[in-house]
Amino acid sequence: MNPFPTKEELSAALAARCTKQLQGKLQSSVIAVCGLGGLGSNIAVCLARAGIGKLILIDFDRVDISNLHRQQYKASQIGMYKTEALAANLLEISPYLNLTLHPAQIQKENISLLLSDADIICEAFDRAEMKAMLVNGVLEDLPDAYLIAASGMAGLGSGNEIKTKKISDHFYLCGDGKSDVADTPGLLSSRVMLCAAHQAHMALRILAGQFDC
Amino acid sequence: MVTINGIQNDAGGETLLEYLTRAGYDPEQVAVEQNEKIVPKSQYDQTIFADGDVIEVVSFVGGG
Repeated sequence: MNPFPTKEELSAALAARCTKQLQGKLQSSVIAVCGLGGLGSNIAVCLARAGIGKLILIDFDRVDISNLHRQQYKASQIGMYKTEALAANLLEISPYLNLTLHPAQIQKENISLLLSDADIICEAFDRAEMKAMLVNGVLEDLPDAYLIAASGMAGLGSGNEIKTKKISDHFYLCGDGKSDVADTPGLLSSRVMLCAAHQAHMALRILAGQFDC
Repeated sequence: MVTINGIQNDAGGETLLEYLTRAGYDPEQVAVEQNEKIVPKSQYDQTIFADGDVIEVVSFVGGG
C-alpha cells in the first residue's frame, strides 16, 4: 500500500501539472462556493483537485437521496449536512486543503460577513431569486471580489450551449442563460457538471491572470 | 438611445423599474448593471436611463 503523500509531495505533483508559479497562486487563493448542490459540489471538487489552497463552503441543507443523481456525495452520506459530507470527500482528494464551513443560509445581510475573505465567489444556488440576491449583494458590498454566477443548465439541450460570458469587470455568468429547471425534464449530471466546470475553469483562469472568457 | 443587452432601445427617460415591468422581467430575479456598475435594487424606481447608457439585464433562471 502506498504511503499517504506529504504536503510537499502533493504540492510538487500538482506543480508538475501546471508550473510552480501557477500552483503557488492557486495554493494561496481563497474561493467561496455558495450552494453545495449540483453546481457547488462539482465546482468544489474541481477546485480542490486543481490545488486551491482554501475553500469556503456554504449550504444550510443536508444530503438527500435525490442529490446522488448529480451531486458529489455518497449514498452513505444521506442525512449529513452537505458542508460536512463535502468536506470529508474533499479532504480525501486534497488532504491539506483549508476549509471553512458555514451550514447556514446566505442572506443579503450576511453576505459581507460570510464572503469578505474570498478572492473569488462562485454562485451555485438553485433558485433564481437566490441567485439574484447573491449577485446583487456581492456586486454592491464586495466589489473587489470576482463573482462567477450560473444561469441555465437544466435539461438535455446541447452541451455546446453552455458558455461563459463576461458581464463586467468582476462579474462572469456561465450556463445557457435560458434552460429553467421548471421548464425541462430536470437537471442531468452531465449538463450541470459542464456548467460547474465552466465556473471552476473561469476561477482558475482569473487566478492565472486571464480575465477574458 | 440606450443599449440594453447589446440591442439599441428607445428607452431614454424611463426608470429601470418601468423598463423591467414593460419588458416582462421579474425584478426579484434580475441583476442590472448601468455602464458596468450594479444598480442597487432599492434604486430601481429612481434610476433613469440616460442617452448613451449601456445596460446589462441578467435574468436568472432556476437550476443548480
